[in-house]
Amino acid sequence: MNTPVRRVAIAVMAMILLLLANLTYVQVVKASDYRNDPRNKRVLLAEYARKRGQISAAGQMLAASTETGGRLRYQRNYPDGPVFAPVTGYYSVNHGATGIERAADEILNGSDDRLFGRRLSDLITGRDPSGGNVVLTIDPDMQKAAYDQLSSRNYTGAVVALRPQTGEILAMASTPSYDPNPLATHSAAEENEAFAQVNAEEPSVLTNRAISEIYPPGSTFKLIDVAAALSSGKYTPDSQLTAIANLKLANGRTDLENYNGNSCGTSATASLRDALQRSCNTAFAQLAAELGEQAIRDQAAAFGIGTTDLSIPMNVATSTIGDIEDTTALQQSSIGQRDVALTPLQNAMIVAAIANGGTVMKPYLIKSIQSQELETVETTNPDRVGRAIDAGVARTMTELMVNNENSYRGAGKLSDVQIAAKTGTAEHGANPKATPPHVWYVAFAPADNPQIAVAVVVESGGDRSDLAATGGAVAAPIGRAVIAAGLGKADR
Amino acid sequence: MAAPSTGLPPNPAQATPAPLPTGRGIELVLLAFAAVLVTGALALVEANQKQELTTQLLFVGAAFLAIFTAAHFAVRRFAPYADPLILPCVALLNGLGLVMIHRLDLANADKAAVRGADPAVELIGRQIIWTTVGLALFIGVLALVKDHRTLARYGYTAGFAGIILLALPGLLPSAISEVNGAKLWIRVGPVGIQPGEFAKILLIVFFAAFLVQKRELFTTAGRRFLGMELPRARDLAPLLVAWGLSVGVLVLERDLGTSLLFFGIVLVLLYVATERISWMVIGLTFFIGGCVIAYQLFSHVRVRVQGWIDPFADFERTGFQIGQALFGLGTGGVGGTGLGAGRPDLVPFAESDFMLSSLGEELGLIGLAAVLIVYLVLITRGLRSALAVRDSFGKLLATGFAFTLALQVFIVIGGASKLIPLTGLTLPFLSYGGSSLVANYALVAMLLRVSNAARAPLPRRPVAQVPIAEAGTELVERPK
Repeated sequence: MNTPVRRVAIAVMAMILLLLANLTYVQVVKASDYRNDPRNKRVLLAEYARKRGQISAAGQMLAASTETGGRLRYQRNYPDGPVFAPVTGYYSVNHGATGIERAADEILNGSDDRLFGRRLSDLITGRDPSGGNVVLTIDPDMQKAAYDQLSSRNYTGAVVALRPQTGEILAMASTPSYDPNPLATHSAAEENEAFAQVNAEEPSVLTNRAISEIYPPGSTFKLIDVAAALSSGKYTPDSQLTAIANLKLANGRTDLENYNGNSCGTSATASLRDALQRSCNTAFAQLAAELGEQAIRDQAAAFGIGTTDLSIPMNVATSTIGDIEDTTALQQSSIGQRDVALTPLQNAMIVAAIANGGTVMKPYLIKSIQSQELETVETTNPDRVGRAIDAGVARTMTELMVNNENSYRGAGKLSDVQIAAKTGTAEHGANPKATPPHVWYVAFAPADNPQIAVAVVVESGGDRSDLAATGGAVAAPIGRAVIAAGLGKADR
Repeated sequence: MAAPSTGLPPNPAQATPAPLPTGRGIELVLLAFAAVLVTGALALVEANQKQELTTQLLFVGAAFLAIFTAAHFAVRRFAPYADPLILPCVALLNGLGLVMIHRLDLANADKAAVRGADPAVELIGRQIIWTTVGLALFIGVLALVKDHRTLARYGYTAGFAGIILLALPGLLPSAISEVNGAKLWIRVGPVGIQPGEFAKILLIVFFAAFLVQKRELFTTAGRRFLGMELPRARDLAPLLVAWGLSVGVLVLERDLGTSLLFFGIVLVLLYVATERISWMVIGLTFFIGGCVIAYQLFSHVRVRVQGWIDPFADFERTGFQIGQALFGLGTGGVGGTGLGAGRPDLVPFAESDFMLSSLGEELGLIGLAAVLIVYLVLITRGLRSALAVRDSFGKLLATGFAFTLALQVFIVIGGASKLIPLTGLTLPFLSYGGSSLVANYALVAMLLRVSNAARAPLPRRPVAQVPIAEAGTELVERPK
């Protein structure tokens, strides 16, 4: 009987070896796959075990971690949560993270290679490892002004403000907003409840409208037409365009009319300057047809429309001018309708480029990253994307936009600062004539020495649910207030 | 001096009056070593979880050593020649299991505190009670069963009792017997036992006795086929009965693990008893047939197989348990996170079915390899006793017990690490579970009993005195 017992012993050893071989496969070969699988919560839990870096802007704390003494050692706090939520995002236990919390996660949790030396010294000195800090380009005063302007009137919309020379994002507000604090709670029940509440909000509060939504730009797109026209060399501000109230488009069937069906002034023709000031649709439809699709398309691309991989470092939705099948489509697109759709950030980039003498700068949010002792490890250098228009064209356009602003009415006009601007009132929806339009205001100031470029969009006419809402009446006061907040501090 | 003329090797036992080395001293030293390892593991858990160490740990370690020393003295008294490695291996595995269960208690208490819920019932207290009960049974078995051969007399009684215990939960109403979909329990109030764990031992006793009795029957040659001697068709009956029982367990109790374990043991015992590989071939054919039928008929089997093939295809449902276990093992990697520093509590049933992934996460591949080697030592020492013991019944008994441990380890570890489909069994001595622990202590007591018989000096038979005239001449030392 001993022979079979020996064989059983050999079989047992083979079984144990098989188990060991399989465990080696699981724990060595597949280990990093399993360790880094997003469904493996251990990574997140390990992150809570070390102090996450703080997010700040101009000396103000936007997000910071404090010790709890609980199982998850650090609790994330957001002072002034709803104001900065579109920028910071949230950092939750079970629902992941968004905004800078997600985009700069490696810096905040300390795993970024630029913090390597820090990590090494933590290891040697036995100090609790902690993450790096992120300093943002945001101007908290402007951010608050933008948020207050939008939220105090219960507007659904967004504001983006840029520094034209660098691309620094000074403000990025989106309303309605949310408070990231309850989402970051360590109690699973409270967290689930908070997320259920936030997800049920209508309109959506988690959407960052400044970069994740695209809106028809309406008349603000006429800046592209003007840029293309002036750059072609065939037009000057005084070139005469049609002033007809109602234009039959290239296909011979579709009509296009000016706002309220008015003629563009009293003559049969209107200058480019006046056409832009009065925002005459027929004039720009005619201009676009004369310039041709390629000129408009190239000019739009030069300002960054169509860029698919922009990140600030959050990913930005792709702005588009659509397919433009024929001249009729081109004429409708030239006034920022049909399939044209821009993010508020993109629209701010366009005016920022005009303000910056024609040079497009890559927008960015992270000014610098710091070690846990607040020593600056790296500072972001402004990144020049390219030239959209010549400096001369930019000067001419500034002049035209100053002319615009000076003709606009509406509240909050600044007496001591010259703004250059363009408004837009964009139809949208399945039944555009019966839906309150999206209203826009894009501007920069001061016109002679631009410090701030801003884009404001308010969805569906804001609080004026009537069809008569315009960019000048609804969006312009917000843009002016944001500029005032930014410049007011610069003066002091 | 032994007479060389008889051709017998000189027998030192007869030559020297000194007793054979029993190995009891080694056993005690190794038990102390196990206690040191377990206390060290506990200290690591406390250091990582509570950030402080107290001298209380030393008392826990001493208490652990004390109860195993009690078991040691029972062995010294009732089975002095028993294998000295078996008990320390068991003590180490049991101690490590207790540390891990305590560690998971801490994690669950923390989780409950975060949720604001009442703290979960601590499992460690119960498991310590079960360990004590197990060791009491261990001592009881050693004291009562003076000679394993007496058990052969009760073979049929054991078999009958075993079948009743095995079948009982399957026949009882689900309210009493069902936990998490498997009907394996008899629950009365807060206490629940899994009679199948005890049935396992009784059925091994029965099969060993039965096979020794009817051994000739099975070795009767049937037809030859492909170079194998096939048994006669009517001799297949016991195998068919075992197969039927396994399928019955699968159907009535919805438990793959017990079914597989039971069939495997019967197959190996048949093979060892008959020394015929044909039994294995026939048995495996039955096994494969059973697998195919089970897969076709039972949805819970299909779920397990799908979870095995790709746990991440349907991660939230069929693949959740095994997926979480793999995450734990993968996170542990080679060196592990360190005891008390990982998150083994994320895996469901971390203290019972998935004890492996808890250990693998915190001790890493190195720790698991060590645990597997401890099992291997335990099992091979059992098989060694089977080789050394002189009677057939003892050989079958020891092989059965040792192989049960081996197969159970293989099924559980293989299942939790995605080598084979997952089945609900516990890791012997490591996992939380009273029935399994107590039954396995009885099993180890039986193994020690057999190994004692294997290593004890032959009882001095009254040697037939040879008339002095016929005695061989002896070489006498020349006087100097």
